[in-house]
Amino acid sequence: MSAPTLGAVWRASLRRELTLIWRSPADIVQPLFFFVVVVSLFPLALSPKPALLALVAPGAVWVAALLAVMLSLDGLFRRDQESGALDLLLTAPVVSVVPVAAKLLAHWLLTGLPLALIAPLLGYMLQLPVAVLDTLMVSVLLGTPTLTVVGAIGAALTVGLNRGGILLAVLVLPLYVPVLVFGAGVVRTALDGLPTGGLLAVLGAILALAVSLGPVAVALGLRISAGD
Amino acid sequence: MDAPRLTVRQLGCERDHRMLFENLDFSARNGEIWQVTGANGAGKTTLLRILVGLHGFYQGRVEWSSPLPPLLLYLGHQPGVREELTARENLEYNRALSGQTGDPDAALAALDLYGFEDVPAGRLSAGQQRRIALARLWLDGKDVWILDEPFTAIDQQGVAALDQRLRQAAAQGVLVIYTSHHRVGDGVHRLHLGEDREVAR
Repeated sequence: MSAPTLGAVWRASLRRELTLIWRSPADIVQPLFFFVVVVSLFPLALSPKPALLALVAPGAVWVAALLAVMLSLDGLFRRDQESGALDLLLTAPVVSVVPVAAKLLAHWLLTGLPLALIAPLLGYMLQLPVAVLDTLMVSVLLGTPTLTVVGAIGAALTVGLNRGGILLAVLVLPLYVPVLVFGAGVVRTALDGLPTGGLLAVLGAILALAVSLGPVAVALGLRISAGD
Repeated sequence: MDAPRLTVRQLGCERDHRMLFENLDFSARNGEIWQVTGANGAGKTTLLRILVGLHGFYQGRVEWSSPLPPLLLYLGHQPGVREELTARENLEYNRALSGQTGDPDAALAALDLYGFEDVPAGRLSAGQQRRIALARLWLDGKDVWILDEPFTAIDQQGVAALDQRLRQAAAQGVLVIYTSHHRVGDGVHRLHLGEDREVAR
């Protein structure tokens, strides 16, 4: 009879998840590439006028980031499910929240964080004033973990379905709306020269809620998916 | 005789409007080996998933004498081996997750995977991937082994080694429950699912 310590499981899980994503670079590059390409299409489709671009920039960057995160989540649990690793996770003698949280953190570090780091560059490309770029980056930095966690709930519930992609979008997009509204809103507020602290705090509060309760919901979703 | 480790009473499971099995009664004790047999689609995998708590839709009762997760070594229908990770990484992760003890390299060597420890599992054959999963049986610390088709894709020598390992573990008090189409050896309890169901001793 033996049960592992939570710390040992956390470390082993985090190392495993980072290794897994690191060894399939397409999973890192794809969302980033999608993000850059979609944002780059806006000046081509609208018009290269700086005033117009700066007006749509907060929304364009945020919608692209949101879709990039969502696309990256479709396969989050699929390969674990197909290989049977998910069943081992669910029958392990630790609360499945711990390995699940490690997976989400690893996924965000290698897909969500790069989006936040490159967002200022894309904002600059869309003629956002340099003074606003740090607000853009912080808002994406605070928003993407929420998007990852909330999307993972949908991914957990649809993991057993062959073509869960569209169902994932239907489930998750309505839940993304508050993050999108406040995320793009905070950049627009900064653009108007108003203080952004309050809106960033709201984004932070949503993040705290998602990070504290989300992994539990993801673990429950996986258990439900495994049950039939 | 000590109390049963596992008691199953009136267990039934329906799937897609078809009764897989019903009124299943048996109890298993430490040190016993149980082989679940039955035709394809008879519900062997589902029965094991019910026993380990993965499948929640059933009638009847499944009672373990003490909480199962700390005791359980479960190998599902899929080996649970990720192709991107090496043999050792797979085994070390599963060891940490389940809280087993023992030397992963020695376990891999026992399954003829010596020299393949650092090869990504995706480059190994199906049988070798299966062996990575089975290497957990050569680690320590689990008293209930529930194995879904452990002999699949394993060569004759491997089958013999595995059979010996199951008996060795049972002799040390491990309860082993597995599904297989292989012949039943001596001293193995047999649980047959299907029309002609029986519980033989």
